[in-house]
Amino acid sequence: MAITSPANHMWWREPIHRTELTWIIVAFLWGLVMFFTMSFWHAWGDQNLANTTYKIKPQDFAAKAEQMAEQYKVRDEMGVPVVHPPPGSDVYLLGRIWMWWPILELEKGESYRFHLSAMEYSHGFSLQPVNINIQMQPGYEHVFTMVPSEAGEFAIICNEYCGLGHHTMASRLYVVDKNAPGSVQE
Amino acid sequence: MSVDTQYRVCATTGLKVFSGTQALIKANAVAAVVFLAIGGLFGLGVALTRWPDVHLLPMDWFYLVLTAHGLDVLLCWIVFFEVAFLYLASSVLLNCRLAAPKMAWLAFWLMVIGAVLTNITVLQGESTVMFTSYTPLQAKPNFYLGLILFAVGVLIACGVFFGTLVIAKDERTYEGSIPLVTFGALTAAIICVFTMASGAIILVPTWLWSLGYISHIDPLLYKLIWWALGHSSQQVNVSVHVSIWYAVAAILLGAKPLSEKASRLAFLLYIFFLQLASAHHLLVEPGVGSEWKIFNTSYAMYLAVLGSMIHAMTVPGTIEAAQRKLGFNKGVFEWLRKAPWGNPAFAGVFLSLVLFGFLGGISGVVLGTEQINLIMHNTLYAPGHFHATVVLGTTLTFMSVTYLLVPLLFQREIMFPRMAKLQPYVFALGAGGISLFMMAAGTLGVPRRHWDITFADALFPYQIPSAGFLMMALNGISAIIAATGGVMYIVNTVASVFFGKRTGDVPVKTYVPKGAPVAARTTVGQAGSAGTLYIPGTIVLVGIFFVSFVLYYYVNWKYLAEVWPLR
Repeated sequence: MAITSPANHMWWREPIHRTELTWIIVAFLWGLVMFFTMSFWHAWGDQNLANTTYKIKPQDFAAKAEQMAEQYKVRDEMGVPVVHPPPGSDVYLLGRIWMWWPILELEKGESYRFHLSAMEYSHGFSLQPVNINIQMQPGYEHVFTMVPSEAGEFAIICNEYCGLGHHTMASRLYVVDKNAPGSVQE
Repeated sequence: MSVDTQYRVCATTGLKVFSGTQALIKANAVAAVVFLAIGGLFGLGVALTRWPDVHLLPMDWFYLVLTAHGLDVLLCWIVFFEVAFLYLASSVLLNCRLAAPKMAWLAFWLMVIGAVLTNITVLQGESTVMFTSYTPLQAKPNFYLGLILFAVGVLIACGVFFGTLVIAKDERTYEGSIPLVTFGALTAAIICVFTMASGAIILVPTWLWSLGYISHIDPLLYKLIWWALGHSSQQVNVSVHVSIWYAVAAILLGAKPLSEKASRLAFLLYIFFLQLASAHHLLVEPGVGSEWKIFNTSYAMYLAVLGSMIHAMTVPGTIEAAQRKLGFNKGVFEWLRKAPWGNPAFAGVFLSLVLFGFLGGISGVVLGTEQINLIMHNTLYAPGHFHATVVLGTTLTFMSVTYLLVPLLFQREIMFPRMAKLQPYVFALGAGGISLFMMAAGTLGVPRRHWDITFADALFPYQIPSAGFLMMALNGISAIIAATGGVMYIVNTVASVFFGKRTGDVPVKTYVPKGAPVAARTTVGQAGSAGTLYIPGTIVLVGIFFVSFVLYYYVNWKYLAEVWPLR
């Protein structure tokens, strides 16, 4: 029994029965399949998080975001600038208690180099309803490229607990379709 | 130090129970149940607040109670119970006195003082940092100090366990190798030392930081090391509850492991590979490389998952083989149909085995896949997953085995046997609902640790899909059912311990199979019923599990492929 010492003192010499051995082999191979699926996606999949990260002082990151906002601001919403940076450019988004800054307006199908960082506490970038979730840490500038593949109004909510105002930390992200009929050409 | 020579022989199991050991197991088990009661109540408060139509607690209380919930059930309830199990698996199963009982009492009191200190600090407010206490959020110094004292207590308890193994070997209280269950406990204790040491490595500097002696704790470094405590300690839980599965099958059915070698290999894989689990929490973090993530999150090519998958066959396999030996040999599933479903220890363990595997195991692998984590990280999917592992796996198993431990250690009969019979089903239904509905809400983007998903106070409110609200309501209802099951367990256990009929050492009622000759109730031989291993029912169950696993895994890759490309 499992609660007594093995009856056969040389238990390690007992062969493992075929049924059990087959399952062990199947399970082992399945593990390899999952491992290589993950590696394969890393090399060829379209959804991978880049590893580019810089150490940065929060105030330096904020300065970069402010510079971008000044340059590409198109309007204000509730006192938060809406920024429309050119396709392919660097876009900065900072999380601080308890807001996202600034609001980004992007173009569908274009790629952007995102820079995310948090000011004082960790925040969770959660793009809804797409459901892409990326962690943000103060002192770390996380850089990756993202292509908004659908147009519309999206939300960014915080999904890392960051103090008592955490549940109010929500913002917008606009994706406009330049090629859609009726859209305004600049 | 005095040597404990007082013991009694349990009439049911024939095990020697030393009086020193017995008192220690009792103390730790009682502390565990007290913290389960407190933490469970907090959990109900959390679930009822997250049900948008009920929204029970005010904001500050919600986050405070959520912090305390994690602390009391994930740490205190489970670890106190595990210490009790370590003493049982060493001293009782090896017929050996416990090494250094005074040190074991020191461990117990350190754990009690630590747990109470941290609880008080949380309840005072100003330490609402969640159980994970990620820096730069800062709690009061006593929050960390309590955890450190607790960890030191647990380390001492592990030392007592190792010492007992040495004494047993020295005094030849057993022949050959230690039993499989003790081997599982040894696995747990070894991993436990790793986790508690990791906890000390990060919590001591964090404590000094909260006192002002250190200026900065890097948030990434904190997360990396904290999760070596936080996640690896879950593997302590897995080792312990899998051991209890084997133990309950052995006690109730006389089940023998199909192969000692395979089952022990599975535990050994836990020791070698489970420590990499910290990576599961860093998959969408800045500053961590993909190669590191892929290797660590998969426990080096899923070798620890392999361990669990081995148990997934060997545990039901031992039960099937034992049942067939008892004469339930008709067809593929007679052994399962006529299993002792009325015995709460068996029912709880089997439910736990199935639900842990299907809900907890599969979701864990999917959630822990580097890229798929992008569409799940910090959503309610994560708590959904770990409630399946920690509540359906560990807690349900601990509850089930309590129905055997009360007669063995407290020498009392279970006071309300009919309530006990129902309890595992009620609790499993509720906890299963919690896990499933939270995971569903997570796939709809509902964030974890969030007071108000209506975003009523937000400048730019976001409308979560209405299905998300439905899931939160169903989660709330499930929590009420689970809490009912929890109350049934606590009331019955407390009543039995204090007022249950004394059993003396009269054999307590054990399961006698209907329609099977009593003479057949012997230990299962080398392999199953007919001298060869014949477990077709288990093969079918494992087959269903495997197909579900593969399908669910690739369905989630498909979901991932649909989101915005990023690189």
